[in-house]
Amino acid sequence: MNALRKIIRNCQQTTLLIEKQATEQLTLKEFFTMRFHLLFCSICRLFKKQSGIINELVKQLYKNATFNTQTLDAGFKTTMQNRIDNELDR
Amino acid sequence: MTNGLDARQWVNQHADYLYSFALSRLNNEEQAKDLVQDTFLAALQKVDSFEGKASERTWLTAILKNKIIDVYRKKSSGLKLVSESEAIADQEGFFEEDGHWSDKYKPVSFGIEDTDNISNKEFNKILKKCMEKLPVLWHAVFTMKLVDEESSENVCKELSVSPSNLWVIIHRAKVNLRACLQKNWL
Repeated sequence: MNALRKIIRNCQQTTLLIEKQATEQLTLKEFFTMRFHLLFCSICRLFKKQSGIINELVKQLYKNATFNTQTLDAGFKTTMQNRIDNELDR
Repeated sequence: MTNGLDARQWVNQHADYLYSFALSRLNNEEQAKDLVQDTFLAALQKVDSFEGKASERTWLTAILKNKIIDVYRKKSSGLKLVSESEAIADQEGFFEEDGHWSDKYKPVSFGIEDTDNISNKEFNKILKKCMEKLPVLWHAVFTMKLVDEESSENVCKELSVSPSNLWVIIHRAKVNLRACLQKNWL
């Protein structure tokens, strides 16, 4: 009983398993520990939902160039072009 | 050139893309500029190894990625790598001793969880700020694993992190990131 109670209280371990599950296969023990905890814990269910949303948004943020749409300044580009041309013409 | 690479067009066609890519991962303009230049110069040295399997841009991006990892590595080698138990002890009050959420930091609803297709500009802005606040190593591990979908083995090897620490770091990054969003969004 004590072991079960420990699982029910352990949000820290559960949230770590939630992160792991996003990209990795959990072991059976890990999977059931996480599932069992989530049955009883609405806070971690919310965390799981938010964690998934954050993952999606972070991916979007990087994949759309919206993260940074700045372009390199023309002077720097000319310098680079010259260096490449020099290398090629050697 | 015979293998489909046209180095004279690189600056014209790929420089801005590579710059944006580097900037999103390093958040430092000077460093990003330098890496773009280094990438082109390194690429010139190994044009012979280009097999035409990937597009020119993909090939250049792969070279840039390696250079970014070198920067991560340099920056993180100064940091002491935390052992798992230390990392757990250092959760800054997010959890109680028995692992239960502390009242102060427990997740509350953002109010957008059930919206399909979240593309809220305000929220994204805050997310970006919160990402920038993460320590370099956490940021590196998080983006390599999540965005670039690198294997765990690779991330551990490249950044000299032990497999168990990998999850501790990702967990800490996420718990901190989520808390930052909650604090600034609500």
